[in-house]
Amino acid sequence: MTVEILMPALSPTMTDGKLAKWHKAEGDEVSAGDILAEIETDKATMEMEAIDDGVLGKIVVAEGTEGVEVNSLIAVMLEEGEDASAADAVSAAPKPTPVPQAAPVEAATPESAPETAKAPAAQPEPQAEPPAKTNDKGERVFASPLAKRMAADAGIEISVIPGSGPHGRIVKSDVEAAMAGGVQAAPAAATSAPALPATIPSMGSYTEIPNSGVRKIIAERLTASSCDIPSYMVTVDCEIDKLLSMRKDLNERSPEGDGAYKISVNDFIILAIALAMRKVPGVNTSWTDAAILQYDNIDVSVAVATADGLITPIIRSADQKGLAEISIEMKDLALRARDNKLMPEEFQGGGFTVSNLGMYGVKEFTSIINPPQSCILSVGAGEMRPVVKDGALGIATVMTCTLASDHRTVDGALSAQFLQAFKVMVEDPLTMLL
Amino acid sequence: MPEKDNENSYDIIVVGGGPGGYVTAIRAAQLGMKTAVVEREHLGGICLNWGCIPTKALLRTADIYRNAKNADEYGLSIKGIEINLQKIVERSRGISKQLSSGVGYLLKKNKVDVIDGHGKLAGKGKLVVEKDGKNVADLTAKHIILATGARARALPGLEPDGKLIWTYKEAMVPDVMPKSMLVVGSGAIGIEFASFYHTLGVDVTVVEVLPRVLPVEDEEISELAHKAFEKDGMKIMTSATVTALDKGADNVTATIEQDGQKNKETSELTVDRVIMAVGIVGNVEDLGLEDTKVEVDRTHVVINEWCETGEKGVYAIGDLAGPPWLAHKASHEGIICVEKIAGEKGVHPLNTLRIPGCTYCHPQVASVGLSEAAAKEQGYDVKIGKFPFIGNGKAIALGEPEGLVKTVFDAKTGEMLGAHMIGAEVTELIQGYAVGMTLETTEAELMETVFPHPTLSEMMHEAVLDAYGRTIHF
Repeated sequence: MTVEILMPALSPTMTDGKLAKWHKAEGDEVSAGDILAEIETDKATMEMEAIDDGVLGKIVVAEGTEGVEVNSLIAVMLEEGEDASAADAVSAAPKPTPVPQAAPVEAATPESAPETAKAPAAQPEPQAEPPAKTNDKGERVFASPLAKRMAADAGIEISVIPGSGPHGRIVKSDVEAAMAGGVQAAPAAATSAPALPATIPSMGSYTEIPNSGVRKIIAERLTASSCDIPSYMVTVDCEIDKLLSMRKDLNERSPEGDGAYKISVNDFIILAIALAMRKVPGVNTSWTDAAILQYDNIDVSVAVATADGLITPIIRSADQKGLAEISIEMKDLALRARDNKLMPEEFQGGGFTVSNLGMYGVKEFTSIINPPQSCILSVGAGEMRPVVKDGALGIATVMTCTLASDHRTVDGALSAQFLQAFKVMVEDPLTMLL
Repeated sequence: MPEKDNENSYDIIVVGGGPGGYVTAIRAAQLGMKTAVVEREHLGGICLNWGCIPTKALLRTADIYRNAKNADEYGLSIKGIEINLQKIVERSRGISKQLSSGVGYLLKKNKVDVIDGHGKLAGKGKLVVEKDGKNVADLTAKHIILATGARARALPGLEPDGKLIWTYKEAMVPDVMPKSMLVVGSGAIGIEFASFYHTLGVDVTVVEVLPRVLPVEDEEISELAHKAFEKDGMKIMTSATVTALDKGADNVTATIEQDGQKNKETSELTVDRVIMAVGIVGNVEDLGLEDTKVEVDRTHVVINEWCETGEKGVYAIGDLAGPPWLAHKASHEGIICVEKIAGEKGVHPLNTLRIPGCTYCHPQVASVGLSEAAAKEQGYDVKIGKFPFIGNGKAIALGEPEGLVKTVFDAKTGEMLGAHMIGAEVTELIQGYAVGMTLETTEAELMETVFPHPTLSEMMHEAVLDAYGRTIHF
């Protein structure tokens, strides 16, 4: 029987590579462990070993060929006694479908990714089917065949639908609920990650910390963001003494037991962002080649640090919610985010992200835009600073906020307008009631 | 709380030890709840003692008798086959007894207390148990699940007397074999008894008020069943009503009105015995429901999707709570009910469209989901697949070449909406489709599934292929 040799993936994100060199020629006998070829990406060169004994029947991809897609046929091995014509038959057959490029929400299945530190296996299983659907944690998505078909027909990304079946399996009724308006179709503007092969330079001994699904997504999406988005920063200082006193005042009115709340500065910021987004809807957008998508809903993603990495649960329709509601919801989301218990629709989507490092005493910082969104606001600590008021030196609690924007969708003036609207509300929070 | 009260207080009390009640109790106990079953007659309920199981024993006798009579076709010569009615009934009763004591063992093993008597609500979270008119226990429970089942419905003027006019109960334990019999009602119960008695040589007439026999089944299946019964010599009158039963010394004369071409045609039929099988009524009486918010609609307790009644802490399952009248529906409802109470995750309300139904007449009938007509009525654009037994090698080898497997798919999504079968062993086959439907397979996975050869199940594959114009063997 002939064995197809397919282009190996050197890293989970690798989509293609260069066939640098063949170590064996057609007709050469090959023993398991022999080096067959060298595969090269822009960062690494790996040797490819033979797994079985046999004869290299036919080389399909000549050495020096660049842009060879992962899982495409590169050679055919013959078993002993087989005729070379068998190899021709195989190579003449249509090439196996290449693995579709991993979209940001479907990280490559961990099983299919050989560890980068080892030489890739020479003969990966021919993949007749694309890898199983995975969610953004890299886990397989369990869904009934009917649910998969209905979601595909409706153009809904199945991994974002919460499953109500056994062990969270996505079933028909879940897709129906999603179609009825629960879940948005996956953002069309999501940018694909460039192939960045991870290589380990020789830096002495190290501990290998496996990449979690979240880690991979962060790497993929933020690298893409940093490379592809022409971003710039706009910074503003906000005095928050009034906000702090209003916060104290409101928290003193919290009921006991059910409905109790403790509003944080960040809750004010979320509301102020939402209301400023309403005033300046141009920031609530995504860039696509065809058009700028301006979202109807005002959904604010809030960066939460977890043990696994950053995750951004969403306060949906934040402009329609009160401070207590935002506060209670945020507390619940953050808690479950840390326990890794968020449902996909609770952190996928959103039109704008806020990241607050104020609790660490950070004065100011910048963030990388969370694509396909256009803007992210980085919020520093509120600290007593000298300020000049009416020509005299005074003291105020000042918080520095830095907005990073995608210049393709949001020009500088628009960013400034947004920050102005935001600043007015933060400095005089009563205006949020207007 | 004093020790004495503890003994009689439970997390869950199930009233009724039938297939709904005892399964509910076992599941509740598995979930760590202190559970009791109150049963007034016998564990296993109607199903085990007077329904599903003993009738299957009787019908097994009928099958063996039929095969023995046809032995010649198979190259065997069997002479002198005699019917020993007493032994047939004894066997059936013995099986019920064996299984009923099995239920007692299961309950004991799961540490469920069994309380002998009639349970009756007596205020919030309270239940009294009566035996022979005397109060034998005062119980309290956080949750009380009513699973008292149902009994044969009696029509005014046609009331069963237990001697000449039977219900399923008398029909199960005949002392003499009647020569002729009228079966009123052609649902599963009526048709199974008709099939049993007819096979054993009784001259059976079935009267059905609706235009077709087995009226809950797909029309095409009803029609095939009707033809098969008639071909076998059974008499069937559809769109017909028995208006009077006139009892003689050892026979009954029935007045039957049947829709004719223009007018109703009235005829009289004299038979040895009558079986009334015109549906059931829920056992709602004397449960102490009067002083509660439990709502009763036409002898059945009204429940929501979690089997909750209008009264907090009181639940109802099974026949008592509404159709379909099937043991496996009752069991499943009970499990859902207690899992919900226990706060289990991932509990789903029962989807009645995925409950298979089986009728063990000859030929057997089985179905799950929507009939073709019902699917169309609900607005589905359907794809229908059919495969006849005559196209299946195993069916021919068995000497059972008559029957049909029919599938109903949603043309838009490929969802299997229903499956309908008639013929040998279909009651054992239907489960394959039920699993498929519960897993929400589409036609694609069913087509990809390998069905073993030679089996009757291959027809299930072909009936799927046929819905998409791809059948191989017909």
